[in-house]
Amino acid sequence: MVEHRFTTPIGEESRRLRMGDIVYITGTVITARDAAHRRALEILGRGEKLPVDFKGMAVYHMGPVVKKVGDKWEIVSAGPTTSTRLETYEADFLEKTGAKIVIGKGGMGPKTAEACRRLGTAYAIYTGGAGALAAKSVRKVKGVEWLDLGSPEALWILEVEDFGPLTVIIDPEGRNFYDEVRAKAKANLTEAYKMMGITV
Amino acid sequence: MIKAATRLISTAAIYLPQDVKDALRQAQESEKEELPKKVIGSMLRNLEVAESEKRPSCQDTGTVIFYIKTGEKFPYLNRLEKVLREATVAATAQTPLRPNSVNIFTGKNSGNNTGERIPWMEWEIVPGMDTADVTVVLKGGGSESPSMAKVISPAEGLKGVYKIVIDDIFEQGPKPCPPVIVGVGMGPTADIAMKLAKKALLRKVGQRNDDPEIAKIEVNLKDAINKLGWGPHGVGGETTALDVHIDAVNRHPASFAVGVATACWEDRRNTMRIRSDGRVEFLTHDFLNREGV
Repeated sequence: MVEHRFTTPIGEESRRLRMGDIVYITGTVITARDAAHRRALEILGRGEKLPVDFKGMAVYHMGPVVKKVGDKWEIVSAGPTTSTRLETYEADFLEKTGAKIVIGKGGMGPKTAEACRRLGTAYAIYTGGAGALAAKSVRKVKGVEWLDLGSPEALWILEVEDFGPLTVIIDPEGRNFYDEVRAKAKANLTEAYKMMGITV
Repeated sequence: MIKAATRLISTAAIYLPQDVKDALRQAQESEKEELPKKVIGSMLRNLEVAESEKRPSCQDTGTVIFYIKTGEKFPYLNRLEKVLREATVAATAQTPLRPNSVNIFTGKNSGNNTGERIPWMEWEIVPGMDTADVTVVLKGGGSESPSMAKVISPAEGLKGVYKIVIDDIFEQGPKPCPPVIVGVGMGPTADIAMKLAKKALLRKVGQRNDDPEIAKIEVNLKDAINKLGWGPHGVGGETTALDVHIDAVNRHPASFAVGVATACWEDRRNTMRIRSDGRVEFLTHDFLNREGV
């Protein structure tokens, strides 16, 4: 388990990440959930530009609790949402935006793993539910776009410092840590059944 | 009363029940590897930050759901629903909570956690009593992924139930934010089984079913689930479930319904008792009574 500290924009150094490694990110993290991914791909599909450049940035599957103080936004709680919902969009999204790290929770599938291998990007998780802790590493809200989607679905452009620990789940070799844990869990199923007297 | 109910919702988002915190600490000790220890470590640190800064501990402050056990003689019965709706709006603005109420057909977010019959309310009327116990649950979206109800053949019996539960937790893996708390309900119909599973989650972690036989099954099923080794957030480890709660009622001779529900490790539930003179006592978090409402 190696610990990495990255500053955005992230370049080729993302290729050094291996599953099970720990990463901390300083710089710009941009949130995007289902509706934002959908809209971003529509816009890019029309050949138009997004309101924010994702190149070398981290895209975060997160819908924050926010508070407006005067004319400034404040992030109150900022833990990840389940990434599996974004599997449909992520490979395309990474390819078209040049984002370097995807952050979420719950894991992603083979399409994303293949994109990570091809593009030298990675998928990492932040501890799900640890929203208060995550908010502490947000230094500033640099901007927000697409608030019409509702605040959880908007693009929040965040300046973060030492955001982590993030655990690498899919690495730039396309290996998926969760596939390995799942394989072990599957091997343990028989024993779990036996403990409850289930014969299969 | 609105003020007390607002506080009930707000504090549910900030403070986890003591039994959940204790169980997480215990889980951290029982983990052997560095990674799962680290993951639970960040959960515990998160709770400290949430409490000291009075922030919602998880950004998904959930769907607001009330379980109300009211006496037939509770004098404010006619006002309670309105009070809880207004408190939901107030708590959303004051805590603040994330607006999580989205119209099914238009996808539009109401912005204040209310909407068509939301906050959801489950009512139970108790004869003779003149108080009301109001429990709020802030139900996160991720931990709904394992929820299911299934009607099995009575021939499959209890072992069929155990298999459904183990397979479900195996299949969902890291998605519901493990370590989870698992509720299992059994009865004649799918809706009854599901409701029992959900209500079983209102019990404290470690609080066993009154029936010693069922209590034994709860412990065994928890051990079997933990044998899978998914661990906290699926990084591998000893703790996939903090506890299993089972509840059952009699079934129909031809149908055997099973309900499975989970709460994530951020098991946010909070109960207050409203007396007939309007005084309020917080039951989950004793310290709330000292600060005064």
